[in-house]
Amino acid sequence: MNSGNTPPQSRPEDPGVPPTDKGKMALAAVLLLIPIVVLLWVPHYAKVEPTLLGFPFFFWYQFLWVFICSALTWTAYKLTLSARGRTTHKVGEDR
Amino acid sequence: MTPQLTVMAAETDGINGVALSVLIALFALVTVAGFMATRFMRADSMESLEEWGLGGRKFGTWITWFLLGGDLYTAYTFVAVPAAMFATGAVAGFFAVPYTIVLYPIIFIFMARLWSVSHRHGYVTTADFVRGRYDDRGLSLAVAVTGFVATMPYIALQLVGIQAVLEVAGLGGGDNIIQKDAPLFIAFALLAAYTYSSGLRAPAVIAFVKDILIYLVIIVAIVYLPGQVGGWDAIFGAAEDKMAATNEATGGPTGSFIPGAGQGWAYATLALGSALALFMYPHSITASLSSNSRNTIRRNAAILPAYSFVLGLLALLGWVAIAAGTQPIGLDGEPNAQLVIPQLFEDMFPAWFAGVAFAAIAIGALVPAAIMSIAAANTFSRNIYKEWLKKDATPAQEAKVSKLMSLLVKAFALVFVLTLDKQNAINFQLLGGIWMLQTFPVIVFSLFTRWFHRYGLLVGWAVGMVYGTVGAYNVKNPVTGKAFGGSLDNIPGIGEMGYIAMTAFVINVAIATVLTVALRAAKVSNGRDETIPFDYFADADDPRVQKDLVEHSSHETPYGDPDDIPGNAPAR
Repeated sequence: MNSGNTPPQSRPEDPGVPPTDKGKMALAAVLLLIPIVVLLWVPHYAKVEPTLLGFPFFFWYQFLWVFICSALTWTAYKLTLSARGRTTHKVGEDR
Repeated sequence: MTPQLTVMAAETDGINGVALSVLIALFALVTVAGFMATRFMRADSMESLEEWGLGGRKFGTWITWFLLGGDLYTAYTFVAVPAAMFATGAVAGFFAVPYTIVLYPIIFIFMARLWSVSHRHGYVTTADFVRGRYDDRGLSLAVAVTGFVATMPYIALQLVGIQAVLEVAGLGGGDNIIQKDAPLFIAFALLAAYTYSSGLRAPAVIAFVKDILIYLVIIVAIVYLPGQVGGWDAIFGAAEDKMAATNEATGGPTGSFIPGAGQGWAYATLALGSALALFMYPHSITASLSSNSRNTIRRNAAILPAYSFVLGLLALLGWVAIAAGTQPIGLDGEPNAQLVIPQLFEDMFPAWFAGVAFAAIAIGALVPAAIMSIAAANTFSRNIYKEWLKKDATPAQEAKVSKLMSLLVKAFALVFVLTLDKQNAINFQLLGGIWMLQTFPVIVFSLFTRWFHRYGLLVGWAVGMVYGTVGAYNVKNPVTGKAFGGSLDNIPGIGEMGYIAMTAFVINVAIATVLTVALRAAKVSNGRDETIPFDYFADADDPRVQKDLVEHSSHETPYGDPDDIPGNAPAR
């Protein structure tokens, strides 16, 4: 463990890593990536039409994403809670 | 509309007595609250960084929400974002909205791991974590110094926010230095005093007042003002006309109404680069680590966007000011876009409500200034004082050094603003964002893997710092021709304008990767890791962590020092 280069973590045999449902974690990761990809892809929303209550599309669309992103993050939070069980690591087991 | 505005503006030359009284009353209220904050979630003793600098790591979801909201959305943001919208439009101003949207999924991914490992090992700063992960003092120092140096001008900019308010309220004019700077001086002396005595509990309490005032003011403004200037059609129309008009100094358009062709990269890289950098700043980390559970920060990632919504509305107030014909003129008679929001409120609202708005901005400066000075002080005492100057410092000595340093840092910020051109603070803030992003690989990559080699990360960081600094220096202001004219430059290989910090970041990661492959092939030691996989998942209610907490509940055997305490992670 302490010598030089160790392999990447979270292999199943690592001590203290809680049992994890990988499928749910992957789904949570996708939910988190959606707003990042959408908002960084600027050309698809940098336009005036259609307007909403006088707001050009560019502005109301980004305001809308504040709420969508919040909902996606909350869903991802619930997913990670259910995906990861409690650690089986016991008091006194240092390695 | 316009004649009436002119009359109102003429009336408010000089001191605005009502607004100033409201401002002073609210300021006095938070000062009392700041001193009383020592009693908030009271501890046996404040003589450790755990208590003074992190509030005992006891803040739940809602306190963290107010604290982080008060910390990240600073007075300078509230002054500068609408000012940028007013002056040059959407690319420079509205990017703050996608920036603060993509921010939260990003921190969701890594902040819980940082919380857990910090909780297990008593880390107070990111440099503490880097020290523990690689047992490398050099890499840890690089992270600590970057954070410390980048935070100082940020504190100074909070003063610029207060100054903008005082200037519009009619204070801060005059010829002699005492009359001119005394109000700012008093405000900061009070801030320094209660931060010194109450630590992180002071901004946590004041943040409630600040955030409620900000929400109140912005919602009232966004409901009331559009009707006064002809509705949103008129506002966007006026903004489009102004941005399309030719700027006499540059010969190009004044700004951008909506990012056009060739501006998409700039808009996206500004948003992404700023989002990646923000939680590398010491003040963001301090506010995150003070929470009471690894999931507090994840719940906050879902509810903090409420502030992004308000920030977007505030940005649009910069364009409301265009439609309202606001003339932001400083007391020196020069136009100054930074004054546009206070001036808009003074022109359009009754004096007492303008006073509430001024107080919201001024108090909005106090919360981040307090947290930033605490975070910078913690970084100094942990990663410079204890690591390099006095290895056997006790937790009480650490806390004492931190408290004194928090005073020094604020004094420095005050001197910075009073003696140097404000533009210097803004330049350094621009550089600060570029610098902080260069610590992202060292901190965040290391939370997930030790594949990257410590020397590769160090060299990547150094090259990113130099590239970013030189790149920002070479951007000339199109009007004045001075250096540090902006944060956008040509992206090599893509040929579009983009955020310099992101280019530096890509170079940084590329160098770290190449060197890691070489150093691993040469079997150079990657240092000793004091953390174990369990540390990255630990939560406050895990039996092992509970046991740790009991063992560290007394401050004589500090939680902040893992050495030789049974049940804790292994000693260094």
